Amino acid sequence: MDRVPIVKVGKFLLATIQTDVQDSVALVLQEDLAARIIATRSRLVLLDISSLQIVDSFIGRMIADISGIARLLDAEVIVVGMQPAVAMTLVELGLTLSGVRTALNVESALAMAGISDHNS
Amino acid sequence: MTPNTAATAIPLARANQDAVLQRWVAEQKRSAFARPDLISDADLSRQCSEVLSAFLEGLESGSMDTSDLSWERMRSTLRGISLSRGRLGFGPSETVVFVLSLKEPLFSSLQELEPSSRIDAILELNRLIDRLGLFTTEVYQQSREQVILRQQQEMLELSTPVVKLWDGILALPLIGTLDSERTQVVMESLLQAIVDTGSTIAIIDITGVPTVDTKVAQHLIQTVSAARLMGADCLISGIRPQIAQTIIHLGITLPDVVTKATLADAFVTALDRVGRQVVSGPQASPSGH
Repeated sequence: MDRVPIVKVGKFLLATIQTDVQDSVALVLQEDLAARIIATRSRLVLLDISSLQIVDSFIGRMIADISGIARLLDAEVIVVGMQPAVAMTLVELGLTLSGVRTALNVESALAMAGISDHNS
Repeated sequence: MTPNTAATAIPLARANQDAVLQRWVAEQKRSAFARPDLISDADLSRQCSEVLSAFLEGLESGSMDTSDLSWERMRSTLRGISLSRGRLGFGPSETVVFVLSLKEPLFSSLQELEPSSRIDAILELNRLIDRLGLFTTEVYQQSREQVILRQQQEMLELSTPVVKLWDGILALPLIGTLDSERTQVVMESLLQAIVDTGSTIAIIDITGVPTVDTKVAQHLIQTVSAARLMGADCLISGIRPQIAQTIIHLGITLPDVVTKATLADAFVTALDRVGRQVVSGPQASPSGH
């Protein structure tokens, strides 16, 4: 089964969604991410969705859920690189992900989190 | 009884074709709807003669249904005339009267018919010409609607420029009323510009928006939310005093949106957020060097 790769880079985790995801893949991602946050004791998760072109309400909820799960585990999720079409769809669906931090790209997400590429 | 009472009129109308044409043209020049400023006499005569010959041709086909194939030449002639007149600036009545005014000269050419069949023929022809008049109106209407549609489209494209003020700072000066369709275009172009330029701050300036009601506010909030989802912050500037009052009276709140009075204020805030500020240069001299 397809899985979303979760990479540990220094003090943070990077999960990159490579293609449009099936619902089952999204559920597995939630479980994997929760397990990896505990295992690596990471405080920061970057969820890179820049390749995601199509979303529905389920994926929108999933992003909000992942953020909620991470928060319970004392980690923060930054959603990175959302495409215009995806952003518009989520707004139309009424999912504005309030409380979830967002960034244009991984670089600005790292700057936002106060990590530069030298001390990570 | 013939099924087609108008058929009795055909030979007479054919025989008098030139006379009918002359009377028709003369009548139009005299009529209150004449527009010698828009169309030359030669063009008018040419149009009349085309319509008349197409009309007689349709009549001779025996069909009384103007949507038939046999009336195709008539329809395309009228379509051409209606479109060209619409472009030249003829009013709708002036365009229709052109067709309807064919009745009088045509009917008067039927004097020689027997009274009993004359009434029937005239009634039938009357109905035909009315239908052709309606057809002309429809074409005229359609051409006008196309013009309106095209202009709407052009306005949509014209009215949503996204300008780059600084590295990482975009401005979107909105002018005119915000409806759902425009919001969609505005949102799309703003979000695309955010991706293209990698900007983290967008200033939406609504100085040119005449009124803000609950719907417009909703649209603004949507745009701001979408930009935030992508990782860019929005500032709203240019809320005029009356609009600020309306917004409060309507009970609209703009949660989590930073608002500034003028575009300049918003720009200073935006520069501050990207870690820059405006200072006067040491070499600034009044002579302008």
